[in-house]
Amino acid sequence: MSDISESAGHKANPLRWLVVAIPYLWLLVFFLAPFFIVFKISLSQVAIAMPPYVPAFDLAAGISRFFADLKELTFSNYLWLTEDALYWKSYLSSVGIALVSTLILLAIGFPVAYGMARSPKAWRPTLLMLVILPFWTSFLIRVYAWIGILKKEGLLNQFLLWVGAINEPLTIINTNTAVYIGIVYSYLPFMILPLYASLEKLDETLLEAASDLGCPPTKAFWLITFPLALPGVIAGSFLCFIPIVGEFVIPDLLGGSETMMIGKTLWSEFFNNRDWPVSSAVAVLLLLILVVPIVVFQNSQMKAMEAGK
Amino acid sequence: MRKGPSWFNVVSITLGFVFLYLPILLLVVYSFNESRLVTVWAGFSTKWYGEMLRNQALMDAAWVTVRVALLSASVATVLGTLGAVTLTRFGRFPGRTMFSGMIYAPLVMPDVILGLSLLLMFVAVGLDRGFWTVVLAHTTFTMCYVAVVVQSRLVAFDRDLEEAAMDLGCPPMKTFFLITLPIILPAVVAGWMLAFTLSLDDLVIASFATGPGATTLPMKIYSQVRLGVTPEINAVSTVLIVIVTIGVIIASVTTKRQEVARQKAERMAAAAP
Amino acid sequence: MGQKTLGPVRRSFAPWLDPQAKPLIRFENVTKRFGDFVAVDDLSIDIYEREFFALLGPSGCGKTTLLRMLAGFETPTEGRILLDGKDVSRVPPYRRPVNMMFQSYALFPHMSVEANIAFGLKQDGMPKADIAARVEEMLKLVKLEQFAKRRPHQLSGGQRQRVALARSLAKRPRVLLLDEPLGALDKKLREATQFELTDLQQELGMTFVIVTHDQEEAMTVADRIAVMDHGKMVQVATPSEIYEQPASRYVADFIGDINMIEGRIEASGEGRTRFRSEALGLTADVLDATPIGVGETSWLAIRPEKVSVSHEPPADTSVNAVEGEVWDIGYLGDVSIYHVRLAGGKTIKATRANVTRLIERPITWDDKVWLSWSPDAALVLAA
Repeated sequence: MSDISESAGHKANPLRWLVVAIPYLWLLVFFLAPFFIVFKISLSQVAIAMPPYVPAFDLAAGISRFFADLKELTFSNYLWLTEDALYWKSYLSSVGIALVSTLILLAIGFPVAYGMARSPKAWRPTLLMLVILPFWTSFLIRVYAWIGILKKEGLLNQFLLWVGAINEPLTIINTNTAVYIGIVYSYLPFMILPLYASLEKLDETLLEAASDLGCPPTKAFWLITFPLALPGVIAGSFLCFIPIVGEFVIPDLLGGSETMMIGKTLWSEFFNNRDWPVSSAVAVLLLLILVVPIVVFQNSQMKAMEAGK
Repeated sequence: MRKGPSWFNVVSITLGFVFLYLPILLLVVYSFNESRLVTVWAGFSTKWYGEMLRNQALMDAAWVTVRVALLSASVATVLGTLGAVTLTRFGRFPGRTMFSGMIYAPLVMPDVILGLSLLLMFVAVGLDRGFWTVVLAHTTFTMCYVAVVVQSRLVAFDRDLEEAAMDLGCPPMKTFFLITLPIILPAVVAGWMLAFTLSLDDLVIASFATGPGATTLPMKIYSQVRLGVTPEINAVSTVLIVIVTIGVIIASVTTKRQEVARQKAERMAAAAP
Repeated sequence: MGQKTLGPVRRSFAPWLDPQAKPLIRFENVTKRFGDFVAVDDLSIDIYEREFFALLGPSGCGKTTLLRMLAGFETPTEGRILLDGKDVSRVPPYRRPVNMMFQSYALFPHMSVEANIAFGLKQDGMPKADIAARVEEMLKLVKLEQFAKRRPHQLSGGQRQRVALARSLAKRPRVLLLDEPLGALDKKLREATQFELTDLQQELGMTFVIVTHDQEEAMTVADRIAVMDHGKMVQVATPSEIYEQPASRYVADFIGDINMIEGRIEASGEGRTRFRSEALGLTADVLDATPIGVGETSWLAIRPEKVSVSHEPPADTSVNAVEGEVWDIGYLGDVSIYHVRLAGGKTIKATRANVTRLIERPITWDDKVWLSWSPDAALVLAA
């Protein structure tokens, strides 16, 4: 009903707005402002210097200079991105890989989350902690662990040869398969947690009521359980899909030359080719792809927060 | 209706957890391998731990990482808590939507974008890149996690408690420190721990934000991993995993113990006349 | 309903009748809006020193908002609130000599019972020794001496309620505000606590303002009750006036059970009114003057306990009577409720106290019966 801002008496203390101002300014300076700089640099020309670009415009140089610069503004970097197949292919392939891996994550995560939600109450905290624990351990280390497993002379091939399932070692590392395995492995906790949260809230008596009204268990799952778990499905999917599109570590360590993902492209454009303007343009376009899912995700999060009140 | 888990539930949980834990387990096991070849077992040895300790570059990187994580997590906890208070206690002030957008966006924003944008800003304002720019970068993205963790606690917080304190003569600022903060403290601590581990883990943002002389442990690990799997990295990883695991277990056991004690007290109180 | 605490001193306590009396609290044309929603609508009321004042109404009627404005958690959109003659409308809650007992109790979970009670005193900078003495006094008052060191979660619901009370009383506020203070207690404990509250208020000689949606609670504890609806005061009066002389159909309906019969005024004058319902073929005399004009639509209101049921018509012809058929009987233990259907189809409720333990009731289903009531039992209300 009442927030501090509306209540009586609090208006007296303007210092309390510092509470808002400090984190607000911090994020404006260190989160929002950098995006404008990225955008600005994406319109600049590459140069061999430090920093390795010619500024597109510089407000410090005065207004007239600003307008002069404005005329010289160039979308050449963006044109370059559309002309070179490498870029749009890696955009498409990033989105494709993210979509497919989100579906795989859903297919694997749902049964696990469902099993956890239906396990005896006493086990649940332990199971939950077991899901959260990998989330706290280093992402890099967990991806690294798979290199030793998927290598040509790695543990998986050793095992399969020993069992006799294969005669020749499989080539998994440096392929898209390895990338999928790495992504699914790394993001599984992100999928399980929101799914579990919504499945755990599910009232058992709803299923009893459905069964009492003549609905067999499988049908009840699709008519009752799944629709009610939908918020978890949506949250989990966004939570995985968005960062996967921009993933760098996994395609870099597990993928090969055929693996094209935009995060990797941006990284090599920046660190290997030292082309800051082009990597900025790549970042701007990546952001544009992700803006819609991010906004949708935020709205659903905020709605959940409001509902929590 | 079945109450307990079905065989299908048990199998999916088991397979799920095997998938989650087997790679980590193998990594830990092979850190004790005698052989330099990571995938060939040649007997038990702790020599790679010794190697690791003697690797000065690795130890330096670890020390940098810990300092970055301690500093950035602490600042991020203060900023994130202020942010959470802003989101839950200041109503609909102008610019609130943008603020909550800036809090939520970094949670899903790809690291490469965050890293690149921060780097370009540091260059644009002429900040020398190194230790402090990594701290700034980590503070920025981890404060959003802290804000979300603390916010969810503040939303569940009984506002009557704050009003009761003010009703009894306590001004708002003092109320926050005497009533609100002690009660939400577990969430603030959890936020700090989350910020600390996120900073400890981060490779991408640190790689962009850093400069000469400030190599963090993940950067060191990454550059070695690109050259191939080495048992030494397995050893480092194992140490990190053990530390984090112990931390998480201690945290969850203490909260669990407090919860049990509280429930017991409540049952006894209810039984009393 | 027992009124054992009402001694002779209490009965003569009616400062609201004294035009010279100065109110302790005065709401002056107070309006509170939340966006488009009007929570409190141009409301004025005086509350006097030592009064136990109840705000009664359904949820959303604005009673809690009124209380929160008095505590300082909300600011009136328009109008003023005076305390001791001073405008406190914009004084923050932590600078008002008013304390509140919260519905949720709002006990600080990280502090002991003692620390909770001492909290407000510490804010005032009271010397340590004085605080200790006051806390002890308060613990004694609510009989919780041996629980001083406990945390709130180690207490039962009733004990927590008493800590909350002690904490809000510790500062000896000018006014104690109680927001549904007994809502979380079970029925038996609630009734016992109601009497404890009135005793305490008498003993301390303090002004209490209570918000409740429970009419029995309001009637038990309060000197005066304000019935609220949609942000307005519908009636402010003593419990018996509210019950016996409700100002409107809303009040009559909200407090207790009542039969309402639609009809017209046939004649009025000399403190008597003749009421006629064509639909039910009923004519009734009411010993009550009414401002409603002859021929206008009005309502005859009569409480079920004031209607007698018998097989024979009443011998006394000055008594109002009407014939009907027993439609349903509800047995509640102490009383039975008879639902009697009249010729026009309207059902009238009448209660009879079960004064004997006879299981067979002399009047039973489908019996033809007479309902009767004396002219001073009913009243006529405007539409």
